[in-house]
Formats: sequence, structure tokens, C-alpha cells
Amino acid sequence: MDISNYLYLSAILFTIGAVGVVVRRNAIVVFMCVELMLNAANLAFVTFARINGNLDGQVASFFTMVVAACEVVVGLAIIVTMYRSRRSASVDDASLLKR
Amino acid sequence: MLNLAIHVGNTKTPEAVLFWLLAPLATLAALGMLMAKKAVHSALLLAWVMITLAIFYIAEDALFLGIVQVVVYTGAVMMLFLFILMLVGVDSSDSLVENIKGQRPAAIAAAIGVGGLLVSLIGRASLGRTAIGLVEVNSTGNVQGLAEQLFTKYVWAFEVISALLITAALGSMVLAHSQKIKSRTAQRDQSIARFRSGSLANAAGFPSSGVFARHNAVDVPALLPDGSPAPTSISGVLEARGDMIASAPFQMQPVEEEEK
Repeated sequence: MDISNYLYLSAILFTIGAVGVVVRRNAIVVFMCVELMLNAANLAFVTFARINGNLDGQVASFFTMVVAACEVVVGLAIIVTMYRSRRSASVDDASLLKR
Repeated sequence: MLNLAIHVGNTKTPEAVLFWLLAPLATLAALGMLMAKKAVHSALLLAWVMITLAIFYIAEDALFLGIVQVVVYTGAVMMLFLFILMLVGVDSSDSLVENIKGQRPAAIAAAIGVGGLLVSLIGRASLGRTAIGLVEVNSTGNVQGLAEQLFTKYVWAFEVISALLITAALGSMVLAHSQKIKSRTAQRDQSIARFRSGSLANAAGFPSSGVFARHNAVDVPALLPDGSPAPTSISGVLEARGDMIASAPFQMQPVEEEEK
């Protein structure tokens, strides 16, 4: 098996995550799709590290994980705050600037 | 023409078997996450994708990242997701009404474009070398190698990311904090309010259900000292559900009526 198959899988997962971000309405599911995109990028990083024979890609992947954890904490806090004021976690309901 | 599979190196057969077994499952789970109506199903499918990726990391000589993936992503992050789902409402399913016309077909068309572009790019890109592999780098241990990189070459990024973690923790605390507008009514406040209200009838507190009644059950109203039933002694939830017994039969009959 060719190692670049991992890269193809990463591209497919990234695309699926991107579709989810655009299509889904529930803010939490949108967030999960962002996580999927980050994970796909991590897989590409790890594969590149293996191809190049050094650990820089793995370090980048490690940093991505930390940033993703921060992002989840802050993002979910925002969703909870939104839910408190609007009683809904739908991204369509956050349209205060429209009216 | 699409020139797929530029050779950067081959893997051994067990890894190929592992890949072809798990990669379709991961893709299916990701697609299921996209289509699942309920957010909880999405979360569980995403957890499966993350576990699959952890197995891939371990297969790709990234032992530390594989373990961290399980601990941080499937452990902490997905748990946080499920926790927030329970908080916000498990049954909050997506509305299927399209607010922007033609958004869904446009999104899918764009996704096919982006995916095709990515896949064809990977297929055509030549890295100009065969895969080196991590056997040599990992000879002193994957964790040791990563630590060496992290605390020499990337030490500045490491420090910055610690600042980011602290900022994120503070930010989430600020966001999740809600200021109390009025103070909580304690037992003492309720007692004072009872004495200051119009009559002193309820000053001693309300009787609980079943007091002096024939049965000591939660759905039986208590009898007041004058023999009349007290419907307020029964929980409002039971009343709303219609599980309350009518209080009339429990009324104490006047003595004259019994003599007749």
C-alpha cells in the first residue's frame, strides 16, 4: 500500500468536515465538523512526518491538538452563553444584526 | 489525466490490511456524522472517527500522538461535547428549513470540487523522494524524540501555547459566568415572608401530604386542623400530571351528619 493513501483519506475527511460546517444548522454539530477538519489535518501532518523522516510534523500535530482543545473550550462556552440568552443552539437564530 | 499514486514508499502488508479495514469505516462514520439528525449520534460517530485516527497514528510510528489522541480527543473533547449536548438539550435536532436558497446543493458541489482538487493535487504532487520512515528518528523512543524537538527547536511555540491555554481557560470561565441579579431566597427569607403576609394562617408552614388523612401517601391531601383538606399540600407536579386524588372524600364529616 502506498503511504500517500493516508493523505487521500485525510483529504476526504477534511472535505466531509467542510461540508458539515456549511450545511449543518446545530452549532454543536458545526463545531464537531470543525474538529473533524482539524483531525484530518493532523493525519496529514503525521503522514508527512513519516515521509520526511523527522518529527517536525508530529510536533505540529501536537500543537494542533492543544489549539483544538482551547478552541473547543471557548467555543462551547460561547454556545452555552448563546443558548442561555436565546434558548436555541441553532446558528440560524443568531441573526440579531439582520434586523 | 489524473496520475494517481505517485510512489513515495510502500508499507508492509499488515498495515495495508489495517488501513483498508479502517479507512472505509472512518469515512462512513464521518459521512454518518454529517447526515445524522440527532447531535448525540453525530458525537458518537465522531468519537469513532477519532479512535480510528488514533490507531492510524500508532501504525504510523507516532505512538505518543496516538495515545494523546485517545486521551485528549476521545476522552476530554468528546466528553465535553456530550456534556454540552446534555446541557443544551439532547432532543434539539436540526431544522431542515433552508434559510439560504440552494445552499445545500451549492455546498455539496463546492465540496466535490475541493475534494477533487485536493485528491488530484496529492496524486500529482511529487515530493521528489521516497518515504524515509521514522525508524531511525524513533530509535531512542518516540516520546524522547518529540520531547527533544519540543524543548529545543519549538520551545518558544511551546511557551506561547501555554499562554494560549491559560487564556482559553480564563475566557471560558468569563463566558460561562452568569451574574446573579437578585439574591437567592433562603429558608429564613421565606419564613419572614410568611409572617409578613396578610394572614397568619400559614405562618407555621404548610402541612405535607397525607398528614391526618386516611392514607399517608403523596397523592392524598393533608387535613387541616378544622378537617378540611389542603390541596396545596400535594406537589404541583402530581397535580399537573393528573395523578392527584380528589380531596373531597377525605373531608371530615360533621358530627351531626354521622348521627343521622
